[in-house]
Amino acid sequence: MSISTTTIHVKDLRKTYVVPERDAGLKAAIRSLVRRTSREVKAVDNISFDVAPGEVVGFLGPNGAGKTTTLKMLSGLLYPTDGAISVLGHVPSRREKNFLRQITLVMGQRNQLQWDIPAIDSFELNRAIYRIPEAEFKRTRDDFIELLDLQGLVNKPVRNLSLGERMKMEIAGALLHRPKVLFLDEPTIGLDVTMQRRIRKFIAEYNHRYSATVLLTSHYMADVEALCRRVIVIHHGQLLFDGELSALARRFAAYKTIEVTLADASADLGVYGEVVEKDAGKVKLRVPKAETSRITARLLADVEVTDLSVEDPPIEDVIETVFAQEAVL
Amino acid sequence: MRALLDLYLKTMKLAIVERFQYRVAEYFYMIGMIAEPVIYLVVWTTIAESQGGVVGGYTAGEFAAYYIVWTLVRNMNIVFTPYGWEFRIQHGQLSGMLLRPVHPLHYDLAFFAGWKVVAIINWLPIAAILTLIFRPTLDPTLLEVGGFFVAIWGAYLVRSMLLWALGLITLWTTRVGAIFELYFTLELLLSGRLVPISLLPAWAQQLADFLPFQWAFGYPIEVLIGQLTPQQILYGFGMQALWILIGLGLIAILWRFGIRRYSAVGA
Repeated sequence: MSISTTTIHVKDLRKTYVVPERDAGLKAAIRSLVRRTSREVKAVDNISFDVAPGEVVGFLGPNGAGKTTTLKMLSGLLYPTDGAISVLGHVPSRREKNFLRQITLVMGQRNQLQWDIPAIDSFELNRAIYRIPEAEFKRTRDDFIELLDLQGLVNKPVRNLSLGERMKMEIAGALLHRPKVLFLDEPTIGLDVTMQRRIRKFIAEYNHRYSATVLLTSHYMADVEALCRRVIVIHHGQLLFDGELSALARRFAAYKTIEVTLADASADLGVYGEVVEKDAGKVKLRVPKAETSRITARLLADVEVTDLSVEDPPIEDVIETVFAQEAVL
Repeated sequence: MRALLDLYLKTMKLAIVERFQYRVAEYFYMIGMIAEPVIYLVVWTTIAESQGGVVGGYTAGEFAAYYIVWTLVRNMNIVFTPYGWEFRIQHGQLSGMLLRPVHPLHYDLAFFAGWKVVAIINWLPIAAILTLIFRPTLDPTLLEVGGFFVAIWGAYLVRSMLLWALGLITLWTTRVGAIFELYFTLELLLSGRLVPISLLPAWAQQLADFLPFQWAFGYPIEVLIGQLTPQQILYGFGMQALWILIGLGLIAILWRFGIRRYSAVGA
């Protein structure tokens, strides 16, 4: 992908933090007054990727993998230690006004709306900050209120809203200027299933309506499955995988699931693999990926089977396998 | 320019709405603030009366005028402090501000200017009560009233710029409270807050001339209570402008380097 056809271009990106260190206890605290020690932590270590206009990409990794650090560098909050970033043709760390007007960064655990006043007043401030024409502002605001079901909430002080209501409000406020690029850092964290679904639907609608590019981190695979065809996985600051979500399972799943419906419900399939579920004549077997064809053939030959299907494991399980790896592959 | 004005007006409106949310707390805050000048006033009035009615050229009535105007000036020069910077950085609020296509300085200036509207409204009844009790000698000319109006906004800008610059040190140190305490002590002594500048020893007055503090505190009070000649009033405007520019210059330098250092602590 050439830079001109990409919205986000990241090349050999690195970010190293210098973290002060000391042992526990009073003695160490006193010693640290005169002699400070620190160590370098590679938060992001030489990653490269591109994102095309209008793409929704899941940015996955365990806690501390470097996801948020990368999003902060992409949005201009952090200076990279090394490497190159281009977002909409801008170098984010320069924080040019024209760049900032076209992006947003929503952090699930951070509030940007004024705590003590109704969100509708904060929205007005955003209109002035982003210089949104009055008519366009009203149209977008009313659309978002409807899409996110915010009627009756926008006039309440933000402090009186529930976590989910507040998050919906944060997202609405952060998108009023209709950014072309959305960096969403765990936008559904801590929310109930209904609220997660509502936010997911809204993000999908926004992407569809405005052809926005979205880079999303989430620990909820339902978010990723619903929104992203492509995922980027980082671990220990390094890029582990970049490709279609379905390919992630193919590459990392250590096993497959064989679901069989038996003519004789009493048959014991424990010898073919690990029985993970059994319900009347339906049995789910977990088998090593490399053995799948051989076990399937044996099953069909040995047992009277009325139906059989082979599936990749759930994406949660695949991700768990990936995250559990100590070293980068 | 129109867009910037719109931003200032919207932010000021937001500040007014927010401050009106907590009316009772607002009044307690005001009452707490009044305690300080009333103590100074009682002490100086007592000294003046014991010394035949005048101390350092101030009569008891002029002291009353000084400290009643003090209460308004104090309200006017409340700005975003370095403590606020510590909180802003530690809680990730600065990250949110950096994502906006507007320099955070504009937001702070506008927000605290909005607070002043509420502060002045709440101050009026308190000023009336203090006037009834302490009987100030206050008969300003039109020039002094106009000069005072400009000078209190100048004082607001001087203090805003200097404390903003001081707060930016937090980008390196994360905590800046100790430096602020030092600033605050010098300001208390050399600004006209604790005692009118003209009552300080000569050496302290000379020192105060080289520092910005009096232009953010004592100077506007002296303008209104008639202690200054028109030339001195004009000179004060010039000094305020100079310190605003020095503050802006410091902010520009510290911002440029500090923001590179900023590593979104806890954000």
